[in-house]
Amino acid sequence: MAEKVLMKGNEAIAEAAIAAGCRHYYGYPITPQTEIAAYMAKRMPKIGGVFLQAESEIAAINMVYGTASAGYRVMTSSSSPGISLKSEGLSYIAGSDLPSLVVNVQRGGPGLGSIQPGQSDYFQATKGGGHGDYHMIVLAPASVQEMASLTVKGFDLADKYRMTSMILADGTMGQMMEPVSFEHIEVKTYDKPWALTGTRGKRKHNIITSLSLVPKELEEWNFSRYERYRLIEENEVMYEEFMMEDAEVCIVAFGISARVSQNAIRMARAKGIRAGMIRPITLWPFPKAPLAKAADKVRAFISVELSMGQMIEDVELATRCKRPVLLCNRVGGMIPSPESVLAKIEEAMGGDRT
Amino acid sequence: MIVFEKPKALTDAPLHYCPGCTHGIIHRLVAEAIDSLGIEGITVGVAPVGCAVFAYNYFSCDMVEAAHGRAPAVATGLKRAEPENIIFTYQGDGDLASIGMAETVHAAARNENITIVFVNNAIYGMTGGQMAPTSLPGQVTQTSPYGRDTSVCGFPVRVCEMLSQVDGAEYIERVAVNNVKNVKNAGRAIKKAFENQINKKGFSLIEVISSCPTNWGLTPQKALEWVEEKMIPYYPLGVYKDRSAGFVYGKEGAAR
Repeated sequence: MAEKVLMKGNEAIAEAAIAAGCRHYYGYPITPQTEIAAYMAKRMPKIGGVFLQAESEIAAINMVYGTASAGYRVMTSSSSPGISLKSEGLSYIAGSDLPSLVVNVQRGGPGLGSIQPGQSDYFQATKGGGHGDYHMIVLAPASVQEMASLTVKGFDLADKYRMTSMILADGTMGQMMEPVSFEHIEVKTYDKPWALTGTRGKRKHNIITSLSLVPKELEEWNFSRYERYRLIEENEVMYEEFMMEDAEVCIVAFGISARVSQNAIRMARAKGIRAGMIRPITLWPFPKAPLAKAADKVRAFISVELSMGQMIEDVELATRCKRPVLLCNRVGGMIPSPESVLAKIEEAMGGDRT
Repeated sequence: MIVFEKPKALTDAPLHYCPGCTHGIIHRLVAEAIDSLGIEGITVGVAPVGCAVFAYNYFSCDMVEAAHGRAPAVATGLKRAEPENIIFTYQGDGDLASIGMAETVHAAARNENITIVFVNNAIYGMTGGQMAPTSLPGQVTQTSPYGRDTSVCGFPVRVCEMLSQVDGAEYIERVAVNNVKNVKNAGRAIKKAFENQINKKGFSLIEVISSCPTNWGLTPQKALEWVEEKMIPYYPLGVYKDRSAGFVYGKEGAAR
């Protein structure tokens, strides 16, 4: 596509995945992400790809496991309750060092929750979700354009590090329409000598497994995986600073919360309050360094989240609690208004607790 | 003249199975089928969770280890990625007929062009002998210590009878490996299940009635007798569905 087109965030993810060379999609219907499956169902048969509606989220993630084992770019998408079901598979994919792309268009929880936007799967996405020691690269788009560009980036990082990239969006990002461009997409390819292509009589058999009953070997395997994670933390952190040059109060927010916070910051500036924002684009690896640096300059942080306060813990850790960290949140599918974020900014500036 | 040799599709790794266990025989039958069809280089196998969890060490083709019960979904992902490759799963009764029932039935419903070798020994072997979905009424196991009480824990699942009624399934047969005649017949059936895949006929499942002397608390010989006297009457051997031949169990009468 040579120019900008108007698309829903969910559709932008699907189109970007195809542009990134993904020809295998497995999914199961759940609101508010079903447009991804619908888009894939239309497009894949026309470009020689595979769209398959699985019998469950559990089956879908295991189909991803199979296709990833064969060495192909592959994805699935779901929303919060469905991601819980996929968590078993995500742990196995991590344990078997397979690349995959998984989209979570979050809704309010816990349980069946709501179908309105949420960000309360932050812990699940960044701290594991499934069993065992593992991480996923967690990418948090804040525009329809980023829904597209981070999908492409996600496939690349997944192949590069042999792990899952998760797009952690929310219902707003999935449903809203914005102009998006698919130009300048660079698709990198990676050798996959480990893939199960069939030996063709030319090599010893490849085995993909997450099982190792020798404790010392499993420990070494975990160590080597965490060495890769360390490299990711060194090299792949992404974030955006907004009006941080002279900021006295720093908002930390991602996705829809960051969009609302931008408006609140402009309103604060109009009132003479020097507010700014650090917007994590990678939630794992978390932008610890810029936050630590900001802790030496600002008076307070505000974590704006659609959760009962999950990312706030990472903000406190990254800043070593040098400055107060306030929580500005709504849950259950509610979204904070710019006015309520502004009120929290004024509260943060009101009492000098340093 | 060579009269007996190891199939090429088996590695040299020593099997970990208990004495008298029939997994070794079934591994061999699968490997012989792969050898005779000349497909080792394009075959990818999916190992289960259960006693056969290390099957990936024993087959010479590419292998992947699936989560418990998920082998048919993993096989689907492999097959959809490389339709010309030959994909098989090797699963036990807990794996296939309990935790993985949904994946099994839906792979059949989709007529997924894969081959499933389903080993039914009426017990969870790897975890030490718990009641399986296929444990017989009255069967004593670690988790049915007074015998399987069907009023409390229900009845065994007859997988072949059930799958024969799924429109998508191409070929369903139950065999046993408790004597030479049955072993030879099982070999024929397993080979046919691979041939069906090569010929793009679709979903083929061979249930193999197997023994578990260790967890049944029987000598290997007594265990084979138990297969004959207890298992086979509950799980009659035969073809339950052969769509290409126009045969469906029930509609056309008993298994044949």
